[in-house]
Amino acid sequence: MSNKHHPKTKLTLVAEAALEPRLLAELKRHQAHVWTICEVRGAFPEGERDGDWEANRTIEIKVICEPTVADAIADAVLAKYAADYSVVMYFSDVSVLRGERY
Amino acid sequence: MPAMLDVVVLFFALGVFARVVKSDLRLPEALYETLTIYLLLAIGLKGGLELSRQPLMDLLPQVLAVVILGALVPLVVTPLLRLAGLKPVDAAGLAAHYGSVSVVTFAVALTAVQQAGLPYESHAALWVAVMEAPGLVVGIVLARLALKRADAGGDSRIRWDLLAHEVLLGKSVLLLMGGLLIGAVAGDAGMAPIKAVFIDPFKGVLALFLLELGLVAGGQLGALKRHGIKLVLVGCALPPLLALAGATTGMLLGLQVGGVALLATLAASASYIAAPAALRVAVPQANTGLAIACALGVTFPFNLLLGIPLYLHLAPYFTQ
Repeated sequence: MSNKHHPKTKLTLVAEAALEPRLLAELKRHQAHVWTICEVRGAFPEGERDGDWEANRTIEIKVICEPTVADAIADAVLAKYAADYSVVMYFSDVSVLRGERY
Repeated sequence: MPAMLDVVVLFFALGVFARVVKSDLRLPEALYETLTIYLLLAIGLKGGLELSRQPLMDLLPQVLAVVILGALVPLVVTPLLRLAGLKPVDAAGLAAHYGSVSVVTFAVALTAVQQAGLPYESHAALWVAVMEAPGLVVGIVLARLALKRADAGGDSRIRWDLLAHEVLLGKSVLLLMGGLLIGAVAGDAGMAPIKAVFIDPFKGVLALFLLELGLVAGGQLGALKRHGIKLVLVGCALPPLLALAGATTGMLLGLQVGGVALLATLAASASYIAAPAALRVAVPQANTGLAIACALGVTFPFNLLLGIPLYLHLAPYFTQ
């Protein structure tokens, strides 16, 4: 196994839980293969989402992929969902082992 | 304690109080999920037991009538909400919540009917299951039409596949229908071994769930202040009006007095679990914050405190 580090992008999407199926469909459409999801609580410019109710839940999806794929996903999410849903996205540079897996 | 004030209402009040005084009380999400699943299954199972005792075809007129009743609610409520000054898409969105039903409101009414010793159709859970979706779908269609008229829809197509999945295979309809089927197939003998879990502790679990609902409803008070007194008036005026439609339907169907009260309660109740979730998927432009504040912050406590006792009291006037 190689210990060589490969540069990748981590795209973090924080969004209403109601969007989860559609965001995941977007990831698959862009051929992203590696992501994790967790439930979070927090605040958006639209107000606090304290997760005390089903309609008020928030998820955080972390995707690790090629920078171009991360850009394409972010563009698609912005175009389709940003107007009507609470969505926050940010990018981080990460280095991974076994780069071919992403 | 007043005869009509059920003990579970006090749990709701405790939850509201805890939230208002900013207590750190918070039910773990996993527990809340468990309670929801339990209540839906238990209500379904109880209704299913009764289904095993009678021919299904006899129930067809009832099923059709409650579907029509549910579907008509948003058509009546939307113009009323427009008159109250709501934007078209918000009016239809909120009307969708009233078109659907609140399972917990039904559960409280059911225990009240049983406690009062009123005769009722014990398959009433079937009404809940079939009444959950039609009004919700009609409300969503009205909201989409409103958007189309305002030309602010962005993507104005309804994703029917997503919506059908959300509404028909969402956990509430799935568990209610599943419980009904299991109860009907199992019958009394089959249910006996699980009765100690699903039938006997029902009211205790309901009380715990109402504590959680109280906490969430208490959290809506801020939103109510933002939306003003008009929303409170709407949330209090709609339930008795819709209950009247429910009771009249019950009378036409020749239901027993408890059945009339239950159908009135179902018509008067507003969904705050399934409807907001479906609305977020189908009409994200509709203000679900406003709808939840009205359905859960006003209508739910109204029905709990005043509505259900009122519907029980008036039901005898709607029996033949």
